[in-house]
Amino acid sequence: MRSDAAVIAVTVLVLASSSAMALKKQESKIYAQMGHVPEEARARANPLEANPDAALAGRKLYERHCAECHGATAENGRKGPSLRAPEVQTASAGALFWVITNGSVRAGMPVWSRLPEPQRWQITTYLKSLGAAAGQEGQSK
Amino acid sequence: MCRVYLAGLAILFVASTADAQERPYFVTYDHYLEEPGALELAFNPLFGSVSGGNDFVAGSIEVEYGATAWWTTELYLDGQHTENDSTLFAGFRWENRFRPLELEHAINPILYVEYEDVNGANKVLSAVVGHDVASDFAEPNSESRHEVERELELKLILSSSAKGWNLSENLIAVKNLAGEPWEFGYALGVSRPLALAASPERCSFCLENFVAGLEMYGGLGDTEQFGLANTSQYLAPLIAWNLPSAVTLKFSPGWGLNDDSLPFLLRFSVSYEFSSLGGR
Repeated sequence: MRSDAAVIAVTVLVLASSSAMALKKQESKIYAQMGHVPEEARARANPLEANPDAALAGRKLYERHCAECHGATAENGRKGPSLRAPEVQTASAGALFWVITNGSVRAGMPVWSRLPEPQRWQITTYLKSLGAAAGQEGQSK
Repeated sequence: MCRVYLAGLAILFVASTADAQERPYFVTYDHYLEEPGALELAFNPLFGSVSGGNDFVAGSIEVEYGATAWWTTELYLDGQHTENDSTLFAGFRWENRFRPLELEHAINPILYVEYEDVNGANKVLSAVVGHDVASDFAEPNSESRHEVERELELKLILSSSAKGWNLSENLIAVKNLAGEPWEFGYALGVSRPLALAASPERCSFCLENFVAGLEMYGGLGDTEQFGLANTSQYLAPLIAWNLPSAVTLKFSPGWGLNDDSLPFLLRFSVSYEFSSLGGR
């Protein structure tokens, strides 16, 4: 009876650690996708950058389409990597837009070109606003 | 029975809902697959009028699962009720869609493979192929239900999205495994959200939640007689409403374009999406 419990405990530990490793590997693949963004796409400017409503609309879209994987606060997501990480926050708006559009299909992130282009820019604006907000918090401390 | 009920409740408790962002089409497929881990349940009723025969209501229950970001699998259970006739189960279909290319392109291909085990009384019109014609629907259920149709359905789905528009083309080939000739068909769809940018407010009735479109589909004959002769053809405008509560409602009236087509079809769909089972 005791040996059965030990086998179950070891199995659970192995499964938990392997799924954590798989998630970590998946995260690095999605971050690596940033390195594959073509130069032309990276250089694209966000047409909604100056639009005051864009980040608000982007937040709404993020909660609807992205939060399930990336987490409600864009970090510690169950399936997707943190979007507050430097790999994301230092990327250009054009690079983020490209990754949202193309996803990282082999790493489990679907393509989001089903959202019209303005909505993908709105999500990009929201994601970039997270870095700006974190920077302001850091300065005030 | 009690255990089944409790298991169902448990699934509902552990499953979290997701935004439903379903394809707006009824017959045509675009290149967007279900998100990985997401499970969608849908009910798709169809009313058909038959000139010189009995009108019918057919329907399918659909369970769709995103196995990976490049593979979606679906199970359909079909049934129908024919006026002045009977109500019956019309078989099941198991469909799989695969995305071979990683990145988005001007034209995005998806490979579709479906196994069908249905009977001749199946009237869900999930695809129109070969020489499927209106007179097939006049046959009484007592006769048509005995026709066993085990078929392999292959589709090449081509889809493009630009400036908010989606344009999808499906080429269909169906092989009855009893040795009948290959049958061919097509489906074309074009759609666009009523607003491209999202409003900052949370809302159900915002224009961005509505997608309008048009689809056209029909048979192209078979290997023995390829072409439009003795085939049925349909044109159907559609509207889809993606609610923030993970529900999608779709509606489409359709009209037959020639004498071999049913004169009128009315399709509805209601679907609900669970983002993942066993979620937080």
